[in-house]
Amino acid sequence: MSILVNKDTRALVQGITGEAGSFHTQKMLEYGTKIVAGVTPGRGGTRVHGVPVFDSVRKAVEATGATASCVFVPAPFAFDAILEAVEAGLSLLVVITEGIPTLDMVRIRRKIQGTPVRIIGPNCPGVTTPDECKLGIMPGYIHRRGPIGVLSRSGTLTYDAVWQLTQAGLGQSTCIGIGGDAVLGSSFVDLLPLFQEDPETEAGVLIGEIGGTEEEEAARFIRAHMTKPVFAFVAGRLAPKEKRMGHAGAIVSGGRGTALEKIEALKAAGVTIIESPAAIGKTVAAALGRSASVLRRNPSSV
Amino acid sequence: MKLHEYQAKRIFATFGIPVPRGIVAASPKHAKLAYTKLKTLCRARTRFSCNVKAQIHAGGRGKAGGVLVASSAKEAQTCATRLLGTRLVTHQTSPSGLPVHRVLLDERVAVTQELYMAITVDRFCAVPVVLASQRGGVDIETVAQEAPRAIVQDTIDPFVGLMPFQARRLAEALGLSGDLATTSSELFLAMWRCFLSSDAQLVEINPLVETSDGRLLALDAKVVLDDNGLVRHPELARLRDKSQEHPLEFRASRIGVSYVGLDGTIGCLVNGAGLAMATNDIIKLYDGQPANFLDVGGGANIEQVTGAFKILLADQRVSAILVNIFGGIMRCDWIAQGLLNATKGLSVTAPIVVRLAGTNVQEARQLLANTTLPMTMANDLADAAQQVVKFAKRT
Repeated sequence: MSILVNKDTRALVQGITGEAGSFHTQKMLEYGTKIVAGVTPGRGGTRVHGVPVFDSVRKAVEATGATASCVFVPAPFAFDAILEAVEAGLSLLVVITEGIPTLDMVRIRRKIQGTPVRIIGPNCPGVTTPDECKLGIMPGYIHRRGPIGVLSRSGTLTYDAVWQLTQAGLGQSTCIGIGGDAVLGSSFVDLLPLFQEDPETEAGVLIGEIGGTEEEEAARFIRAHMTKPVFAFVAGRLAPKEKRMGHAGAIVSGGRGTALEKIEALKAAGVTIIESPAAIGKTVAAALGRSASVLRRNPSSV
Repeated sequence: MKLHEYQAKRIFATFGIPVPRGIVAASPKHAKLAYTKLKTLCRARTRFSCNVKAQIHAGGRGKAGGVLVASSAKEAQTCATRLLGTRLVTHQTSPSGLPVHRVLLDERVAVTQELYMAITVDRFCAVPVVLASQRGGVDIETVAQEAPRAIVQDTIDPFVGLMPFQARRLAEALGLSGDLATTSSELFLAMWRCFLSSDAQLVEINPLVETSDGRLLALDAKVVLDDNGLVRHPELARLRDKSQEHPLEFRASRIGVSYVGLDGTIGCLVNGAGLAMATNDIIKLYDGQPANFLDVGGGANIEQVTGAFKILLADQRVSAILVNIFGGIMRCDWIAQGLLNATKGLSVTAPIVVRLAGTNVQEARQLLANTTLPMTMANDLADAAQQVVKFAKRT
């Protein structure tokens, strides 16, 4: 699934001169990503790992034609950086930053409504199309190109899952970490259609966890629209209940955010639940080893 | 971040939200003085009764005996003695309850009806939502299940804010008219201002009461703040009550790692929240009981790993330890060094099972090869979980 990023994607890094921005720019360049610019206000004219730095996103885009941004700007300034990137007309933002206030993300979501920009994150490891492009902090070596689309709310658990798939001989079309925060730029349901439409993706792997209703909403979409097999692991069956959000939150979202509820919703939608986090690669490999046609689903047939 | 009832009420008061008159006390002596002060404040001449409410970060206090009534200064002192210094167990706490370090003495009022109002964020739709119901004073989730139409919801545009016309509509939904409708409209607007300006995750009044003398009053107040928003509100961040958290949780947060105490005996150290939860899950799959969730973070350094490991070693219940690290940016040899640093000079008896994968895993194995620590390297996560469960059962 090279719809989000591919070998031709020209990306800039916001916050390139910071410790994380600088370090990961180098790693992305090593992976082969076309990082064509960096943005740090006040540091225009300098270079980081050979990448030219600009004072603003607009100047960077004018000079380099970048269409995507990987955002490493610290949380207090991320709202501003994201809106700057949206205004400059970028089509993809991958926000690595952790700690962005929820109401900032609420405002951003309202601001981008009706615009074509896609925001992944925040608090996410990024997006990788193996052998083509990596926008984020996930280690490159765990990936290999193949037929599995990976969508995850986690960071290192995603790496573990991807590594297991790679070792099981199942490469990935694209891996997307959607982020761990309460309010995200893109939900599972925004990205699952891309899996479904992508000719290279044969199956999907969803990594979920407690909190919110991402998985329940995904289940609704999968049931109604997906023909490709989907596998899911949901972390946090053991999480103590009192750690969840307030009761009002549960009413508003219609779900209490427990792992079991998510697992039940996904199961009811025909998703294969992976029981152990150590069995992600094995389960998918075994299932796909059987006749693929057996696993084809008709929408709403469950 | 949760706040106590008395803190929430103070914040509400600054936004003009009417709350019962009350004074917080941290000792029985202060409770006695607070009673007298409160009696004067309320201009009561003869008999005066007040509530004495345990302040903990959980609901269900009334049913658990955490809300008492005092009709004299002496009684207030006795009530405070009964509550302060104890651990209150409610249906919203763990079996070991939460410590009571403060009590709130507040005036009792005659109530005509109990209502409900709250503002929170619908995370999936990414929009603030205001809730109102005529069914106050009960568990709102039960109301949602049994009588969903009894809860009225409306969305709030984050840039425009809650509009007066919306507030009027919500007042109508509360079944209020005349002056009370006007007052409650203002209340909704004040709640929104409070929510917005404090970067709250939840503001809730349950019950919002109509008193017999025709006023509206927030009899109970709940405020939960967005952790990510605290950096913008240092004065609110200072309201944190660490006594309501697991003692090791606070120690962990000081070094920038995330810790949640659980009930078992297998200590866990993992990088990444999802992976840490999954690690707890797989231990349970093999019939073990995790003692904690511990996330050193995807990008932790040697010092954080050392500090995190020391926290596990400080936990008396821990009889075996599982270290599960997927090194992406974090290098496995740093983890190994962190383990060695943390245990230097200590006599560690708890067996440690280590599963490392990713960057520099070979270097890590070399570092740990000659340790005298009771350490086993696992081949994969399933193997690691099975081993640590076996060790824990033996001890």
